[in-house]
Amino acid sequence: MLEDLTLKFDKALKKVTGQGRLTEQNISDTMRELRRVLLDADVNYKVAKSFIDDVKERALGKEVLASVSPGQHITKILYDRLTELMGGSMSELTINPTGPTVILMVGLQGSGKTTFSAKLAKYLKDRNRKVLLTAADVYRPAAKDQLKTLGKQISIPVFSIDESKDAVTISEESVKYAKENNLDTIIIDTAGRLHVDEDLMNEVKQIKETVNPTEILFVVDSMSGQDAVNSAKAFHDAVYFDGVVLTKLDGDSRGGAALSIKAVVDVPIKFSSLGEKLDSIEIFHPDRLASRILGKGDVVSLVEKAQAQIDEKEAEDLEKKLLSNKFDLEDFLKQIKMIKKMGSIQSLLGMIPGLGANIKNADVDEKQLVKVESIIQSMTKQERKTPKILNGSRRKRIARGSGNTIQDVNRLIKQFNEMNKMMKMFKSNKNRKMLKNFGNLKFN
Amino acid sequence: MAILKNINFNKLKQGLSKTKDKLFTGITEAISTKAVFDEDILDELEEILITSDIGMDTAMKIIHNTRAELYYLNDRSKEAIISTLKNEMKTVLLNAIQNTDNSDSTDISTNKPYVILVVGVNGAGKTTTIGKLAYNYKKAGYSVLIGSADTFRAAANEQLDIWAKRADVEIVQKETGADPSSVVYETLNIAKSENTDIVLIDTAGRLHTKSNLMKELEKIKTVMGKVVPHAPNEVYLVVDGNSGQNVLVQAREFSKVTELTGLIVTKLDGTAKGGVVFQISAQQKIPIKYIGVGEKIEDLQDFDASKFIEALFD
Ligand SMILES: Nc1nc2c(ncn2[C@@H]2O[C@H](COP(=O)(O)OP(=O)(O)O)[C@@H](O)[C@H]2O)c(=O)[nH]1
Ligand SMILES: [Mg+2]
Repeated sequence: MLEDLTLKFDKALKKVTGQGRLTEQNISDTMRELRRVLLDADVNYKVAKSFIDDVKERALGKEVLASVSPGQHITKILYDRLTELMGGSMSELTINPTGPTVILMVGLQGSGKTTFSAKLAKYLKDRNRKVLLTAADVYRPAAKDQLKTLGKQISIPVFSIDESKDAVTISEESVKYAKENNLDTIIIDTAGRLHVDEDLMNEVKQIKETVNPTEILFVVDSMSGQDAVNSAKAFHDAVYFDGVVLTKLDGDSRGGAALSIKAVVDVPIKFSSLGEKLDSIEIFHPDRLASRILGKGDVVSLVEKAQAQIDEKEAEDLEKKLLSNKFDLEDFLKQIKMIKKMGSIQSLLGMIPGLGANIKNADVDEKQLVKVESIIQSMTKQERKTPKILNGSRRKRIARGSGNTIQDVNRLIKQFNEMNKMMKMFKSNKNRKMLKNFGNLKFN
Repeated sequence: MAILKNINFNKLKQGLSKTKDKLFTGITEAISTKAVFDEDILDELEEILITSDIGMDTAMKIIHNTRAELYYLNDRSKEAIISTLKNEMKTVLLNAIQNTDNSDSTDISTNKPYVILVVGVNGAGKTTTIGKLAYNYKKAGYSVLIGSADTFRAAANEQLDIWAKRADVEIVQKETGADPSSVVYETLNIAKSENTDIVLIDTAGRLHTKSNLMKELEKIKTVMGKVVPHAPNEVYLVVDGNSGQNVLVQAREFSKVTELTGLIVTKLDGTAKGGVVFQISAQQKIPIKYIGVGEKIEDLQDFDASKFIEALFD
């Protein structure tokens, strides 16, 4: 998902990377390319424009850090701004504390409301809500049947009035029905409508006035183009929705519409919908999407974090040792402790360029680190300094002492040896030393 | 093409009026509020073009040409600038869709049954379009059979069944979860024995990134060829007029699996858009056959490039 945008960002930044400083000239080149990236990604024209102005201003206004490349610098600014635009932190569904929670789904035709209604129903049912689905799309052929079929698949009741063509009455009755039957959550699936269709917009307004929803969700196709902001604005003016749902994110659309809608109507994006299976629903994480858009990884904050947490001197010593092949298990232990100081491995890996897109597959088990640490701690000082002496009986003792299997110990020693071998192949490069260290640690 | 002989041109105009309004009220405003022509005007024009999903390349080309023309233009009146711009738009847009040919790919009368396969991403408007096509073919005097090869979506059968009834044509369906190819197989065999003129095959929505579903399309095609050697005669990609640049990827990816003989752009009854059609046509060299301008059975129109542009300018 969004790999294309990532690739384009990389391309746009190539020009800056490798040049010494950020200048009006090299920035404006990149910004022009960035503009193209954004427009190709369906970010609304105006949103793209203000985004670029803003990034540019931030980039030029600040001094370039000696420790990071211009590319990394701009990446960080882009990332920060994207995260901010996408909504900062994630945002949850509102639940009515005093009565039934009524959730009203609205949006254009074919945006994915019905499927998402069922997904949300299952999601809430799994969280112990007693859910009722309401079939209030009285226009599209067989819309009701679709919802009923989906309801059956997830064992959730579906309210409909077969002979009625009145979406307002159906919605109203469904709330009554839920109250009578002790159901605490009602999800109302409405017909898709164009925001210029006055009659249908009035209908949805009326539904809103009648059932007084706890939450109105605007469902939008992630493949939407420039007009997405207009429909979002019109729906917002009509019903003031509380959240946005971004659908079909399992495709390769770049999802610029999400960015635009968030920027134009200041409403959080609450859920992502990523497939036709009824459990492919996720809470929307703005920061995740932003770093995913960049894909490049948050190099800058990695560098920042690393610098803040690690004693430069110590790191330099480690590097020297690595390169001179005097790196021992004691140093390995130190390195692990440094990593642990810096935060979760998962988030660190996300910052490493090239790993961004694969972060899900990387699936690092942090327990492994604890294990490695415990194994080394069960070794004598001498064993740590000269791992060569670790024969079978020593390994057995260490395994028992640290509560691990002998295979665990063997694996660690093997990995350590491999790492040392690989380290020899690297040439010195101060800026990259941290990345190098990470790149060669294997946690499996 | 034959089935939409008497297209109601007003409906197209009406459908596009929002687009037109957006384009030309915007442009007129952009120009009339400036006493002297300057680069700012072109910037505003660029915005208007791009927000119509016309794409960066096409927009840039129009702007570039307009700028060049205006350079030599002595008459800097509002009218003159607008007409220059309109001319440039016409040239560029017509160029983009030049290859558009909305005649049938092969002769219907000598290719019986004439098999039309309809594909596209989820929610694009395939099923609705099948209903509209069936209605139009039927009205034009052809016998029509619909095959419901969307065996995946909940209530897809019921939805298509309603459209078949509205169009008053026959339909072949199997239970949900059945192999779509087997529906196709059966439909074509029935069509052969009944001597049916037109077969319309509806398929499940599929994102072009799902390789297993794309393979399923290949299989459908193979099965078709086994029953009716000349099938499919048409493969239409249905794209949502609301969508942005991703349709270009859709067109490219679907083309890899099966040659597309035409595009159908739906939901053009909304607001400012339609620009996307020029891009697909220009980049993918696939003609635009029809446009959807509403949810009713009559709301399908022949795509006629020059008329489409005329409607924009009118
Ligand atoms: N306004 C409008 N809605 C359309 C048009 N074509 C299809 N739709 C609607 O778009 C939604 C999805 O259509 P459907 O045919 O089920 O899409 P499919 O999933 O591709 O088969 C339905 O609500 C249709 O009524 C059109 O030209 N204009
Ligand atoms: Mg369908």
